Amino acid sequence: MDAIAAASTTAPRARPRRTSVAPWLGLLPFLLYVTIFLVWPTLSVVSGAFRSEDGGFTLERVRALTDETALRALRQSLYLSFSSAALGAVLGALLAYLIVTAPPNSLMRRTVTAVCGVLAQFGGVTLAFAWLATLGFNGLLTNLFADVLGTSGTGSTWLYELPGLILVYTYFQIPLMVIVFMPALEGLRPQWREAAVNLGASTFQYWIKVALPLLRPAFLGSALLLFANAFAAYATAAALISQGSFITPLLIRTSLTSEVVLGQKGLGFALALQMVVVVAIVMTAYALMLRRTARWLR
Amino acid sequence: MTQSWSWRITRVVLLLCFGLFFAVPLLALLNFSTKDTITKERTGAAWRALFDNPLMSEAIRTSLELAAITMVGMVVLLVPTMIWVRLQVPAATRLVEFLCLLPLTIPALVIVVGLDDVYAWVNYLIGDSALTLAFVYVVLVLPFSYRAIDAALSAIDSTTLAEAARSLGAGWFTVIARVIVPNIWQGVLNASFVTVALVLGEYTIASLLHYNTLQVAIVSLGKSDAPTSMAASLGTILLAFVLLVGLSLLDRRRHHTGRTS
Repeated sequence: MDAIAAASTTAPRARPRRTSVAPWLGLLPFLLYVTIFLVWPTLSVVSGAFRSEDGGFTLERVRALTDETALRALRQSLYLSFSSAALGAVLGALLAYLIVTAPPNSLMRRTVTAVCGVLAQFGGVTLAFAWLATLGFNGLLTNLFADVLGTSGTGSTWLYELPGLILVYTYFQIPLMVIVFMPALEGLRPQWREAAVNLGASTFQYWIKVALPLLRPAFLGSALLLFANAFAAYATAAALISQGSFITPLLIRTSLTSEVVLGQKGLGFALALQMVVVVAIVMTAYALMLRRTARWLR
Repeated sequence: MTQSWSWRITRVVLLLCFGLFFAVPLLALLNFSTKDTITKERTGAAWRALFDNPLMSEAIRTSLELAAITMVGMVVLLVPTMIWVRLQVPAATRLVEFLCLLPLTIPALVIVVGLDDVYAWVNYLIGDSALTLAFVYVVLVLPFSYRAIDAALSAIDSTTLAEAARSLGAGWFTVIARVIVPNIWQGVLNASFVTVALVLGEYTIASLLHYNTLQVAIVSLGKSDAPTSMAASLGTILLAFVLLVGLSLLDRRRHHTGRTS
């Protein structure tokens, strides 16, 4: 009632600008919830990485990241993320271009977009099993190759190693690339091409001198997002590889589940911190790239 | 635009290659889940086992319950907060957006490493049940739900609607529940669908906290009863697909009504 009285004395559209904290109280449940279930776990990872077994401050756990096991896992993880991001970015950009050049409301385009959404975000364990059913023991292609080419029917052992992970990761990286890169492709206006052609440019020149420089930040940004996505992915790798820890996420699993070696939990904290740092750096670079794209998009 | 024949043919060939690459593993799942491993004959045993196998059917029930609880939790937590921010505390827009998008930068694997303290309390206060996973799942779905609801909220003039309702004597609860929410139900529905799909597919946190959800059961059955695991995997992704295609169809209908009105 006070608000209405105040409003009637001033200009009709001016809303009462109260600087009181009362409206902020309405945010309390949300802030409290996010603090408990997101901020607190994150902070306890950070503090856990710098804590010794008896609770004091130590750099021992972080120093353990330079051990041969942890370093090799990090190297393999970076290699896996880089390869699957590069493959996913190039092939995904190509697929996105094929989709964008189709009529906007066509059935094909809507289906591909929906399928990409599912495969990019909800795959996880399913994708591991899909590739097991394809290339594993008794798999579809395994049996086909065994019948036609006479290869071994036991399935591909490389599926459970780094090359297999790259293949399976690429399967969800391509759809993710389509989703994040398509807006940039859709933002390329036909007028720019017409202008270039009017000035005497060939198709090749248009792509090299106009389209590619425009798309480069969006492309690199999307590739960075793919990199972070692969680096943090866990479910697919864990479902595919039940033993072993040759990439960082699987090493975190080992350190969480192994009761044998004392202090393994400590390494888990340090590895988780390392993962946050890598992902945060990559995502910051992604945000910067996105800002450059936003300049000409829409 | 004039298109040369060679480009058209290249295009079709490329699309076919992509189509094959994406379709073959899913078809392989279907093939594996409908075939007897020994006799190689077609059988629906694996799909029936989704309901007959106690481990699997129990896990499916748990995951469906989790999806429902998470959905309700997300709506109750996020929708009033986002409306309130828009109407009353615009200064907090960036803060809420930042917190909602934060799970994109902090992977689920990291959250689960730091979750010990929090879940010690949750288990102490509420009890040790797989359904307590819903607490952390609400956080996981925040980025996707935020975007869906934010898009819907941006499309309406919530301030004017709220002022109109307030001047007619409506309380804040009425404003949110009976004036704003009916106008953004499409966004809320989007957010709910995505939530269900994400919860049904979640493996990382459930497996590392040792709860038996659908995805955990799929992995643990993978060794002993592969066809059932394959059937459940395919079922999950088909359900996610149905949910998302349903969404895009709903979206399309809205665009149509938008154009005609």
